[in-house]
Amino acid sequence: MSIAVWIEQTDGKAYPSCWEAVGKARELGDALGKPVHAIVLGKGAGDVAKEAISYGADKVFVGEDATLETFRLEPYAAVVEKIVKDEGVELFMAIATSRGRDITSAVAADLGAGIAPDATDMKVEGDKIVVTRPTFTGNILADIEFNSDLKVVSVRGRSFPKPDPDESRTGEVVNVEPVLSENEIKEKVVGFEETAKGEVSLTDATIIVSGGRGVKGPEGFEPIRELAKVLGAAVGASRAAVDAGWISYDHQVGQTGKVVRPDLYIACGISGAIQHLAGMRNSKVIVAINKDPEAPIFQVANYGIVEDLFKVVPALTEEIKKRKGM
Amino acid sequence: MDFRLSEEHEMVRQMVHEFSAKEIRPIIKDYDRRHEYPMELLPKMAELGILGICIPVRYGGAGMDYISLGIVSEELEWADASVRETIAVHVALNSLALLQWGTEEQKQKYLVPQAKGEKIACYGLTEPGAGSDVAGMSSRARREGDVYILNGEKMWITLADVADHFLVFAKTDPEKRHRGITAFIVERSFPGVTTGTIHGKLGVHASNTGWISFDDTPVPVENRLGEEGEGFKIAMSALDNARYTVAAGAAGSIRAALEASVAYANTRTAFGQKIGQFQLVQQMIAKMAVNLDIARLLYYRVGWMKNMGIRNTRETSMAKLFATEAAFQAAVDAVQIHGAYGYSDEYDVERFMRNTKGAVIYEGTTQIHEVLQAQYALGYRRDKPLRRELPAYDPDYWQSEE
Amino acid sequence: MNILVPVKQVPDTAELPKIDPSEVVSGNIKATQILNPWDEYAVEEALRIKESKGGKVTAISFGPAGATEGVKRAIAMGADAAVMISDDAFANSDALGTAKLIAAAAKKLGEFDLIITGKAAVDGDSQVVPVALGRTLGLPVVTYVAKIRELSEGSITVERLLEDGREIVTVPLPAVISVVKEINEPRYPTFMGIRKATRAKIPVWGAADLGIEASEVGEAGAAVKWTNLRKPPAREVKCEIIEGETVEEKVKILVDRLIAEKVI
Repeated sequence: MSIAVWIEQTDGKAYPSCWEAVGKARELGDALGKPVHAIVLGKGAGDVAKEAISYGADKVFVGEDATLETFRLEPYAAVVEKIVKDEGVELFMAIATSRGRDITSAVAADLGAGIAPDATDMKVEGDKIVVTRPTFTGNILADIEFNSDLKVVSVRGRSFPKPDPDESRTGEVVNVEPVLSENEIKEKVVGFEETAKGEVSLTDATIIVSGGRGVKGPEGFEPIRELAKVLGAAVGASRAAVDAGWISYDHQVGQTGKVVRPDLYIACGISGAIQHLAGMRNSKVIVAINKDPEAPIFQVANYGIVEDLFKVVPALTEEIKKRKGM
Repeated sequence: MDFRLSEEHEMVRQMVHEFSAKEIRPIIKDYDRRHEYPMELLPKMAELGILGICIPVRYGGAGMDYISLGIVSEELEWADASVRETIAVHVALNSLALLQWGTEEQKQKYLVPQAKGEKIACYGLTEPGAGSDVAGMSSRARREGDVYILNGEKMWITLADVADHFLVFAKTDPEKRHRGITAFIVERSFPGVTTGTIHGKLGVHASNTGWISFDDTPVPVENRLGEEGEGFKIAMSALDNARYTVAAGAAGSIRAALEASVAYANTRTAFGQKIGQFQLVQQMIAKMAVNLDIARLLYYRVGWMKNMGIRNTRETSMAKLFATEAAFQAAVDAVQIHGAYGYSDEYDVERFMRNTKGAVIYEGTTQIHEVLQAQYALGYRRDKPLRRELPAYDPDYWQSEE
Repeated sequence: MNILVPVKQVPDTAELPKIDPSEVVSGNIKATQILNPWDEYAVEEALRIKESKGGKVTAISFGPAGATEGVKRAIAMGADAAVMISDDAFANSDALGTAKLIAAAAKKLGEFDLIITGKAAVDGDSQVVPVALGRTLGLPVVTYVAKIRELSEGSITVERLLEDGREIVTVPLPAVISVVKEINEPRYPTFMGIRKATRAKIPVWGAADLGIEASEVGEAGAAVKWTNLRKPPAREVKCEIIEGETVEEKVKILVDRLIAEKVI
């Protein structure tokens, strides 16, 4: 009886959130007295094996056959299912990326297992594992009760902390053979195009950095753009900044302009008048940076810094760069 | 008595509402500011069949009923009255008049391309010196062999500078009043036709309003709609259809004002609470909510009567009178609820206020309708049957290809 | 091209925040019901294929007997036919059970070339059904399709929108694909379509029609069950003004907070 985590990787570089899943698997494994396996497939998988052990895996299954070079659902599902059956895996996890969701859905369907997709919490209660997931597009949380021996869970990224790697940990590395031959595999990957790092659109952005009257001029948007670049964010503006001609209208957020719902809205030098709020008040987290402690924006923000934005924004950019290792 | 909309009408409402929300709302404020007509919407509305919504399929239309026409009007005006005005003149005033009074040749030649949206149509009744007093018009049409020579000027004409076809009213017998008016189908390409846009309107900036001038314009005899001297009756029957769309549209304006007011009242705080908690604000909102239902019920009734082929001049006038006055009041109150922000074009409510003020003037002023309603109530006025009535809605006839 | 489009009726997205967990438990959700927005893209793509290559588009809807708004919208957009899968025994099916039911209906409908689904349903939100459907039918399945590059009698080549870029994949037909909103702009229903939809007689297939044992699906056959339904904890709207000696210190604390909030 064991726990297995599928590690998504490309060319020997693992998708960072996968270690969060391994960390949680380790925690559950320790609580329930079960070993934790990692499954790494594809070109460069061998390079990831040691890392997987340092993050908590006891045994790492590595599959580097040519048929497994890049992710394809059929051969990957076949290999994973063989490991699950042979090793008596009772909890199979992956991070809920597109590929992670593909593989967990296939394994659950093929083996008739219950699946909890996009889980945001996993806890041990007695001898059971309780999995929580958001439903109705995040509006209702549900705990998932499993009615099958094998439980499949895909985990939402950043739900669990990334564990600290322990280089001293030891474990076993096992090479696995593919189950399907190339002839048996119907899917062919014909090409791959990396996403061009263009400007993020306001309405799609998960992070927006916005400037208002406080930026004082078109040059004032430079630090804002810098911060946005580092965060992969879109740049927004209040009506005051647009009317003054400091930035174009398509950046305007508000009653007139765009209504946005990002995960994070950083309002720099914006007072927070009601017509601007109408455009961004449903953001998940609002940060306000403004010299004026009485600015109405602090009424709706979650976090505020009362300082000159020209001091805070560059410092914030530097700190983010540091944390991201840029 | 089933007061619910049928499944079909609900789907129509949903579809046009989506169109309004996705295609009109995002752009209309800008067009309103620039006093420009959103030409880009015409092909979109044509493709969806909105420009021929209640015209039979055999005449290029979408084959829906008259209630659908009302629903379309309400949902378009929810975004902006300017767009509903296009429906009022193109579909109601012009196309339905052709449906009611036209010969088969006239329907094939003019109604079909209009219903498909290939040609745009409008209605020329009002003149610089004759608005409420229709019979006081001075445009003249003199018969000369197989044409009428048309002279005169029409003013305050929606789509004057955009339309291809005009339904024009002129006196063939200047000695007479009502009985001297005749109706004509005029094409922009006829000699002597010039048009221009009127600038400086208080509201419906995004609607094209203009003048049309006829200088010895020859109109072929086969383009006369109905008989000589029948023009006044044709004009009034056309107004019955347009006033219906205005009434339904006004319900859309009330709804837009109500939604904006509710959203603002639930957001804005003063004296430590949301302003929606204050009773004087609540009083204004209550009026809007009640009037919305009344306006809807009045226009639904008219739609039903038209479907049944029942003469509805009185009921249409009543719906228009009530709904347009209620819509202006709702818009004025919405501005008040928004406070200083309502006085700015940052919010939509000032546009609603300017737009709705037009509707209590055009398609028969409030005063004209009050007089009409009194005349009906006092027994001074009784509607006599017309030579041609607006056809009752028959799904088989409307939806079959020929 | 014979194309099947599984569609689901769901609560209106704008009204999702107002749904109370008790409504979900009782199955009596008060919100307006609409066609699942993701499915609109699937229907649109199917219609475009039909317009360019000829063929037929059939919508398969799964839900309680009266839940026809979704499938009627598909007909109003232009789908040629529709079928409704409904039976008391099907209630509370999990994603795998749902996939089994749709697979049974697909088989009953006969030969098909392509099944196009939306990425997910806004209520169940699992993104499991498309893959489960493909696996149950033994067909290749490609998810997160943002563009169909080529489509011929025997194969389809698509662009998948993945986190790191666009992957171009070819699979033989018949196949299952799930689509994302980048793929197209769904058309409005036509008035003729609306008339057709309101008059449509949509056959309802139950357990017996599909040859499915009640124990395989519904609550009885479900491998997972939702329990302890609750609203996420409400956010405290109290602004934390970050204190610190220097700007650098305040900024460090802010970044800590934002990482804890999982927004960066």
